[in-house]
Amino acid sequence: MNVHYIFPFLVVCVMFLISYFLSEAATGFKYLFGVVIPYLAILTFVAGVTYRMMNWAKSAVPFRIPTTAGQQKSLPWIKPNQFDNPSSKFGVLVRMLLEILVFRSLFRNTKFRMSEDAQSSYEMEKWLWLGALVFHWAFLVTLVRHLRFFTEPVPQALMLLESLDGFMQVMLPGLMLSGVALLAAATYLFLRRIFLPQVKYISLSSDYFPLFLIIGIAASGILMRYVPDLKIDVTAAKELSMGLVTLRPTIPEGVDGIFFVHVFMVSALLAYFPFSKLMHLGGIFLSPTRNTTTNTREARHVNPWNYPVKVHTYDEYEDDFREKMIEAGLPVEKE
Amino acid sequence: MSDLLTPEEMKANLDYHTPHSGWMNTPVNIRKGMYCYASNPKSVETLGLPNARKWNPMEEDWELPENWQQILHEGFKERLERFRSIKVFMDICVRCGACSDKCHFFIGTGDPKNMPVLRAELLRSVYRNDFTRFGKIFGKLAGARPMTANVLKEWWYYLFQCTECRRCSLFCPYGIDTAEITIFGRELLNLLGLNIDWIATPVANCYRTGNHLGIQPHAYKDMLDFFVDDIEDITGLRLEPNFNKKGADILFITPSGDVFADPGTYTCMGYMMLFHYLKEKYGLDVTWSTYASEGGNFGFFTAHEVMKRLNAKMYAEAKRLGVKWILGGECGHMWRVIHQYMDTMNGPADFLEEPVSPITGTKFENAKSTKMVHITEFTADLIKHNKLELDPSRNDHLKVTFHDSCNPSRGMGMFEEPRYVIKNVCNHFYDMPRNTIKEQTFCCGSGSGLNAGEDMELRMMGGLPRANAVRHVHEKHGVNILANVCAVDRAALPALMEYWVPEVDVTGTTELVANALLMPGEKKRTTDLRSEPLPGMEEEADE
Repeated sequence: MNVHYIFPFLVVCVMFLISYFLSEAATGFKYLFGVVIPYLAILTFVAGVTYRMMNWAKSAVPFRIPTTAGQQKSLPWIKPNQFDNPSSKFGVLVRMLLEILVFRSLFRNTKFRMSEDAQSSYEMEKWLWLGALVFHWAFLVTLVRHLRFFTEPVPQALMLLESLDGFMQVMLPGLMLSGVALLAAATYLFLRRIFLPQVKYISLSSDYFPLFLIIGIAASGILMRYVPDLKIDVTAAKELSMGLVTLRPTIPEGVDGIFFVHVFMVSALLAYFPFSKLMHLGGIFLSPTRNTTTNTREARHVNPWNYPVKVHTYDEYEDDFREKMIEAGLPVEKE
Repeated sequence: MSDLLTPEEMKANLDYHTPHSGWMNTPVNIRKGMYCYASNPKSVETLGLPNARKWNPMEEDWELPENWQQILHEGFKERLERFRSIKVFMDICVRCGACSDKCHFFIGTGDPKNMPVLRAELLRSVYRNDFTRFGKIFGKLAGARPMTANVLKEWWYYLFQCTECRRCSLFCPYGIDTAEITIFGRELLNLLGLNIDWIATPVANCYRTGNHLGIQPHAYKDMLDFFVDDIEDITGLRLEPNFNKKGADILFITPSGDVFADPGTYTCMGYMMLFHYLKEKYGLDVTWSTYASEGGNFGFFTAHEVMKRLNAKMYAEAKRLGVKWILGGECGHMWRVIHQYMDTMNGPADFLEEPVSPITGTKFENAKSTKMVHITEFTADLIKHNKLELDPSRNDHLKVTFHDSCNPSRGMGMFEEPRYVIKNVCNHFYDMPRNTIKEQTFCCGSGSGLNAGEDMELRMMGGLPRANAVRHVHEKHGVNILANVCAVDRAALPALMEYWVPEVDVTGTTELVANALLMPGEKKRTTDLRSEPLPGMEEEADE
């Protein structure tokens, strides 16, 4: 047993129970979970993320310190690796896009093994990359798909996305691939934290908590969409969400229990976001080892806080050693 | 050294099980063989750095200044504003573990605190406690802990078990760079006078005499004169290297290690022979400097400011001598400093010309602003334009592999230049496995100032992944020499090879060039630069 995952697990369970039973108990609580908390959460998210980004941006970038992951641009007949060692801004743009959209660095991942006679080998390891990629893209698709609850009429592009996402018409209502993929990938990311000893050793509560929240969000979403007894009135749900968007909040009939659990957990995730490691979403854009050009000898970078330092000048040096230099036949400035 | 474990014993010690106690509850155990001696107070004073005193890591009391926690806290705070890298890297790690098995020290020691992520967490835990609301409220649960004497010792121990090689940063999905964290952490430790002597004393030497080894000007000239004699024995030619010569075309700066100890000395002879060749053939005038007689920069392992103070000599000397541009020798961290820091710190070098090879006319566009060119870039260009007469068969007794040094790899991206040079001066070249070279190269295990004698166990364990890859090509292709472009490699790898793969020797790249170089007017060579008989010349060499 490990307090790092037990504690956040309990917290998420309590959140589930509170939001479920309280929202069932009285309309006032529905207003709390359906209106007050979501508004506060969104405010916290926007203000928090803005603050964090500005706070990072405020710090100086004294040097360009890119990690060069390919051949440099040097002699004209040696082919440079433009994207893993980008000497131009365009190259950096591509490098960043590759990092952000397809996790380029994680794709390099290897698994180290040590044999009995201490011979080491480094094999290709793509599971973490795949798990992370599925997780993030499924999350994004799910998120975008939910915009249908906040737009009226629903844009064509969203309808198209939804029909693509639900192309596997295995049941009614159509199964949304993204939701299931999100749940599966989040579960995988959780399981590897539990079963890989090294990863377990480094994991903190703050690694498990968002995973449990996201698992809770995906699970509650799936439950209220597919489980007959828990199914909610989608029209009513949209009425509520449109009320939020248009600043005319309302609690319609036909939404209860599991719906408020879902909304509460989403709110919690939003509010937690700016204070947590989830800020890697913004941080990656500001990572100096990735977002700077590598032509550091070709174009000078200016350090805003560069200050003069005490150096040992040539004159001081010659004063120290003049006799010896003359004797050795080395040229001097002052005889 | 006598109490160093045997390779068999060390292999038997390999253990990757995580301890039962969490890392915050596992106190640091400073172990002999794994750390370097504390800085000599005299050296710390020479630089005017704070809190110089005699102290011993093995003793309970490190004689810290009374307000040490406050010094650290304020130092941390100030640097969060100065370095966006640190601020972002403190905040965004998700502990995915991709870096965990990428570190040579983790692979070699199995110590979980040598996983890059945990090395950084040692600092992050204090950061969360001091600078984040969540950390203040939830404490340990949020991965936060206050700074105590034990935490400080843990910082010191593990920040000097990182060679700033950046292999982890290559695999990190956010580009979190442990080198940056180690550089920053060591800078904080230096506020409390907690350096190691293998760094502090070279830095003090370099400041005063111009080089890490403390070689004074007349002695520096003597040492090169000694090589002049050796080269005369081998080639029959008497060289006349220039020192501190005003109006020379090019100033050449290389690590002093190459002047001082084998096998770097052969690389140094190689430089001298190359410059002599270029002077005779093309009239190129290169000068050495006794003032800027150090290419390396152990200030980089101390603090940004100290790095700048030492580096300043390069431009100052180039300006004083009135050269056109600067040529730099083979060295790893030296080139990280030149490539990513020098121009910003001590530039703009507007008193120099944009580097052009006077022999081939090639413009080194990539060095346009910094005005310093790497010897391997320079030589590769000469070879490409057929400006060097070479006989690679003189290196036929060598089966060569190439060790990419960390800094020119992940802080520069110089992969093809040295390979091109080596393949043109040697007939037998074999690369090590792909996951162990180029951007994925493994450290020698002794970088960033850790190549002392007292931490030999750490060095041998940290160098294991590199040694394993060398053994692989040794067994598969009969490789018998490990080439590199780094003076620290030339100092560190011989010990590593002797320990793990004793059949393999170590060489600089320019030594191989000079072996193959057909110098005008030279006598028939019977030996290589090491006075070993050339292939087919065994009998003649004996005479």
